[in-house]
Amino acid sequence: MSKFKKKTNTSQDIPTSALPDIIFMLLFFFMVTTVLRETDILVEQNIPKAEQLKKLERKSLVSYLYIGEPKNPEKFGTEAKLQANDVFIEPQDLLLWVSKEKDKLSEAERDKITIALKVDSDAKMGIVSDVQQKLRKANARKLMYNVLKRTDKDLL
Amino acid sequence: MARGKSRQSAEVNAGSMADIAFLLLIFFLVTTTIASDKGLTITLPPEPDDAEKVDVVIKERNLFKVAINSNDDLLVEGERLDDFMEIKEMLVEHILNPTKSEKFAEAPKEAIVSFKTDRGTSYEMYINVLDQLQGAYYEIYAERAGISVEEYRTLDLGNPREKALYNKGKGEGENELPMAISIAEPTNVGG
Repeated sequence: MSKFKKKTNTSQDIPTSALPDIIFMLLFFFMVTTVLRETDILVEQNIPKAEQLKKLERKSLVSYLYIGEPKNPEKFGTEAKLQANDVFIEPQDLLLWVSKEKDKLSEAERDKITIALKVDSDAKMGIVSDVQQKLRKANARKLMYNVLKRTDKDLL
Repeated sequence: MARGKSRQSAEVNAGSMADIAFLLLIFFLVTTTIASDKGLTITLPPEPDDAEKVDVVIKERNLFKVAINSNDDLLVEGERLDDFMEIKEMLVEHILNPTKSEKFAEAPKEAIVSFKTDRGTSYEMYINVLDQLQGAYYEIYAERAGISVEEYRTLDLGNPREKALYNKGKGEGENELPMAISIAEPTNVGG
């Protein structure tokens, strides 16, 4: 009996004084990796799926364009529209938009600008190719079609 | 007096620190969207210079023609195709031409893919087909580099060893096999 009594004397508390530190570490990790969304997306974004994905090398060189049916059809109609930053623009405004985006980069990197196109699956090629023609004119020729990874499940 | 004061604890109660940190942590966990910047990359051709227009004659047998109409119907090498997944194999055969057939490319680097769409073609179909076309090229590159397609696509070009593998697959200088996918301006015929 005396043996058992001795054991109960030892403290059974787990030291939790380091817990805040651990949680803070996790917190900082998430704070650093978080990218808060800068723009409100005004168009439908049902991104298509594909297999041959490549990763972008440098995020700072990327500018985004969104194409799709407006989320607010009463106001903007059901025709697919082009969104840059927070507003709808027409394809002919792209020349100006590209030069603005290039101004944000340092001089040596201006030719490396990459345009990421986030296009809805249901959009038609008409508007996509209009955008491409204008980008070609604006000399922003590196493009990326944002797509999701296709899994085996999607093929069935 | 002095004795009484020293008895009071001077420490700040830090017991709820973990709770506060947890709250913040949960906030960031919920708001985080891990950026998914992956996709199909292409480079548009430069703006044509009117001064130096050169007529390039491409032999019919080197061309691999893919067209999609506004109904999302597929036409590959002059024939209707229902399943776009078959394009990859057809293109690999066209480029490598293992049987030395008259119908396929003379040499791998002579092969050119002509990809035409209509203004009414859906973007999804366009991506599906483009994915197959690029997939065929990556398959050839990966085969030559001796690694899997997945590994080939994720090679880091900043790393000299991986860059060497990349070049082994794609070839350098004379032997380079460029990804010759020509995306034509869409037609506007409908139907």
